[in-house]
Amino acid sequence: MGKYIKFFIVGIFFGIVLVKSEAVSWYRIFEMFKFQSFHMYGIIGTAVGTGIVILLLSKKQKIKTTEGTTLIVPLKDRGFTRYILGGTIFGLGWALSGACPGPMYILIGTGAFSIIIVIAAALLGTYVYGLLKDKLPH
Amino acid sequence: MDYILQPWPWYVSGPCIAIVMFLLLYFGRTFGMSSNLRTMCAIGGAGKHVKFFNYDWKSHKWNLVVVLGAIVGGFIAHFLLSNPIDMDLSEATVKDLSALGFNNVGQSLLPLELFSWDAVLSIKGLSILIVGGFLVGFGTRYAGGCTSGHAITGLSSLQLPSLIAVIGFFLGGLIMIHLIFPILF
Repeated sequence: MGKYIKFFIVGIFFGIVLVKSEAVSWYRIFEMFKFQSFHMYGIIGTAVGTGIVILLLSKKQKIKTTEGTTLIVPLKDRGFTRYILGGTIFGLGWALSGACPGPMYILIGTGAFSIIIVIAAALLGTYVYGLLKDKLPH
Repeated sequence: MDYILQPWPWYVSGPCIAIVMFLLLYFGRTFGMSSNLRTMCAIGGAGKHVKFFNYDWKSHKWNLVVVLGAIVGGFIAHFLLSNPIDMDLSEATVKDLSALGFNNVGQSLLPLELFSWDAVLSIKGLSILIVGGFLVGFGTRYAGGCTSGHAITGLSSLQLPSLIAVIGFFLGGLIMIHLIFPILF
């Protein structure tokens, strides 16, 4: 159990940040896709900007993980179709439900229990993807 | 303390999310929330029928612990670290949502028109949540990641597939809000 505590703490921090930044709010997602506020773009932009710097620095410093391995980001397979089609399908759902997979879980903690219906439907969507995977263009 | 109780500005929140990504990489894992949906399907026994779910999900248990933490974090932030104030949404957003029939815009994290039990128990309300959730689950697995895996981790590591996926996220979001919402609401 001890080895999981650090992941629990990171999760708590993640949940707090996404609630305090209001990124879990359906309204903020609507506002973002309407280009009516810089807020969400600021969050994603500074997250990516900071992320680029941190990853470059850790590569340069040859930082090791706590497991003793070299710190690397897993590479996504090359491709186009799955990313643009899958991405668009996710985007449709993101704007409609106002929640991507992180916020879905976090919203349970804020007492918004009806989000559990969205999570159940997301599990079904994931299952159906697994069923159809070999028939879809990737 | 007052700074913590107020909503956090984007320039604090964004770097904090990058720290979450870094910590998970530093622990020898990676930042990806949607893969938990696959893990949960596998735990539910989906691997007996569908090959995609027949994998070593036990090695992904750590990520479910992140989810548990995130739920607790959501509770802490919402009930212990927040002053009850309206969200500071743009005036244009409030106006547009009012025109679509939304009231009390920004007085809670989620609109009552979609997430209150009254709404959930209506055919339209229930359909919206189910279709929205289904598309998120299907789309993220098809694209191999969501906002955390592609937009944050993938873009931070300058990966082209993630850029294509993020363009897709926005394509889908813009179609939904600008073309489909006016029909739905």
